[in-house]
Amino acid sequence: MARLTPDNELLARRIVARYPEPKSATIPLCHLSQEQDGWLTEEGMAHVAELVGCTPAEVLGTASFYEMFKLHPVGRYCLNICTNISCRIVGGADLLARAEERLGVRAGGTTADGTITLEDVECIAACTEAPALQVNYRYVERVDEAALDALIDDLRSGSGRAAEFPPHGTLGLVRQELGADDLANVSPPEDQDVPGWFARHAEAAADGGSGS
Amino acid sequence: MSDAPGTPLDAPVERTGSAGDAPLVVSSRFDVADGHTLDVYRTSGSYPGYSGLAEALRSTPDQVRETVVAATLLGRGGAGFPAGVKWGFCPPGVWPRYLVVNGDESEPGTFKDRLLMERDPHQLVEGALIAAYALGAAQVFLYVRGEMPHAQERIAAALNEALEAGLVGRNIMGSDFSVDVVLHWGAGAYIVGEETALIESLEGNRGMPRLKPPYFPAAKGLYLRPTIVNNVETLANLPWLFHHGVDAYTSVGTETSPGTRLIALSGHVRRPGVYEVPQGTTTFRDLFEDDRYGGGIRDGRALKMFIPGGASAPWFFPEQVDLPLEGRTVGGAGSMLGSGAVVVMDETTDAVEACYSLVRFFARESCGKCTPCREGTTWEEKILERILEGHGRPSDIDLLLDVADNISPGPYPVAADPSQGLDAVPFPPRQTTICPLGPSSVAPITSAIRRFRHEFEARITRRDPIPVAVAAESVAGEPVGGPGV
Repeated sequence: MARLTPDNELLARRIVARYPEPKSATIPLCHLSQEQDGWLTEEGMAHVAELVGCTPAEVLGTASFYEMFKLHPVGRYCLNICTNISCRIVGGADLLARAEERLGVRAGGTTADGTITLEDVECIAACTEAPALQVNYRYVERVDEAALDALIDDLRSGSGRAAEFPPHGTLGLVRQELGADDLANVSPPEDQDVPGWFARHAEAAADGGSGS
Repeated sequence: MSDAPGTPLDAPVERTGSAGDAPLVVSSRFDVADGHTLDVYRTSGSYPGYSGLAEALRSTPDQVRETVVAATLLGRGGAGFPAGVKWGFCPPGVWPRYLVVNGDESEPGTFKDRLLMERDPHQLVEGALIAAYALGAAQVFLYVRGEMPHAQERIAAALNEALEAGLVGRNIMGSDFSVDVVLHWGAGAYIVGEETALIESLEGNRGMPRLKPPYFPAAKGLYLRPTIVNNVETLANLPWLFHHGVDAYTSVGTETSPGTRLIALSGHVRRPGVYEVPQGTTTFRDLFEDDRYGGGIRDGRALKMFIPGGASAPWFFPEQVDLPLEGRTVGGAGSMLGSGAVVVMDETTDAVEACYSLVRFFARESCGKCTPCREGTTWEEKILERILEGHGRPSDIDLLLDVADNISPGPYPVAADPSQGLDAVPFPPRQTTICPLGPSSVAPITSAIRRFRHEFEARITRRDPIPVAVAAESVAGEPVGGPGV
């Protein structure tokens, strides 16, 4: 399945309605498609294009810019090891080398059983808890070789800590609930004028506040 | 160090209260259980939640902006520009206006906005509402980095609670102030932290910066309408400021840099952590050695160098440790406070490898729009890689400096080096590119080569020798080079 399911399409339309211009929803909808399929398929991008009102090529143009969108199948788990400065100087690069050894793939590769894709990533904002890594963008901090080995074993066997990590592509497990009825003031920019409350204050100001 | 490998969500980060009687402006709920929920937000921390917004709504939008100007609230994203002044750049009479919250924190070493979003999301929402009120914004977009799903969850939950409680959307707190706050999220691109690139991304495009002028966001931002982009920490200061007032705010820190800053201290210190410190009065030495903060260099080693403000900042050395955390002072000394990321490196650190790691980051994250950056960072990375792998050429050190000079024509900002009789070159660097990413890649190169040129030379002049025993064996036994050798 690569187009959005009816439920996801409904959610996608609710997301599109939050933006003054539909194309702004491109990245959130690509995430939704990737969450559904585990990676971002051509059919998924074509469906996103329909929903935001642009061409599939434009969606590809956007998606291909961003690290997180996988335009080919990846493992159930993306194991992202940070090798940027704060992690590297306390062993991040050694962890990456060990993971490559254990998994039998270089960074960027996926294990033959399709379970784990290994990535060599830049700073993931866990610098004080270095060396750090993410599994499907969930943090594992202050990792040593034994912890890495145990984590890899768990991910491979689907036991232990594997349960903590939702499948690749899953974003926030809590979504913003914001339906069309909840919106106060969303319309195309050209239909917008000074907000009423702002105008009221500006008029009240004795110096005829210019509103800046 | 935690006992178990890996750290559960919300495990306390090593962190203490700020020095002496200085208040916690933004981090007062970091260790409060359920501080991220609306109920606890209203009743815990250094001010009652949403009391700052209530106070702001009793003033006019112009008065709110004037308060922020009077407080000299400096932007905490990197550039350090006064937020209230920035708000004033919106041209009068042009509508709609948008507020975009920059939560795309990706600067290597930086680790403060994520905590603010995960641990106190209502504080950020309240701050954004105060700013939206002052600006007359039609909508607020909270742009959160893609690789931070937990922050996205916390903000989504906070916005859901706030909607239910009438704190966002229509008629906020029963007033006629109405604004929609939309959670938006990225997909992995450091450059999107640059405000015009962030706007491109929010429009659904590749995150490539726009040329300024004409595309100053305050004039031509999102959908080419007036747009203010503020950092998460900047906005998180507003609720405290409006609850306690300008005088309380400016009584902390110094006149040019009032208030506090969140500093992410990482690397070779005993207690890495995110610490809220008064601006201007705290020194780097305090930060590294004080037991409330870093607690000294790990394993009793000596300091070799440190990065005072994120990967883009030129390096500092032991001579600079007594400088205060104050933007102008640090700028004059040849670097920047930037995003509040301080990375400490001790004497065991390989300067060439540290330089490579930072340069590789910029090479990977260059968006490719400007030739000097796209080509320059790529070549810098390649040259450093071959030096590290033992294939360096004698001309490579000068070549690195030459490539760097094409991205940022020198003299490039550096710290003073008394041992060589060299003065500091003040920040910022010059640039041949649209945004500062390319010029930032030069910081580790000039910093490392000026100070540790001998380390680069050692990598280039000495090839790792084949141990004699191994070489002798290959001659006596099976030749490695084929028959007849």
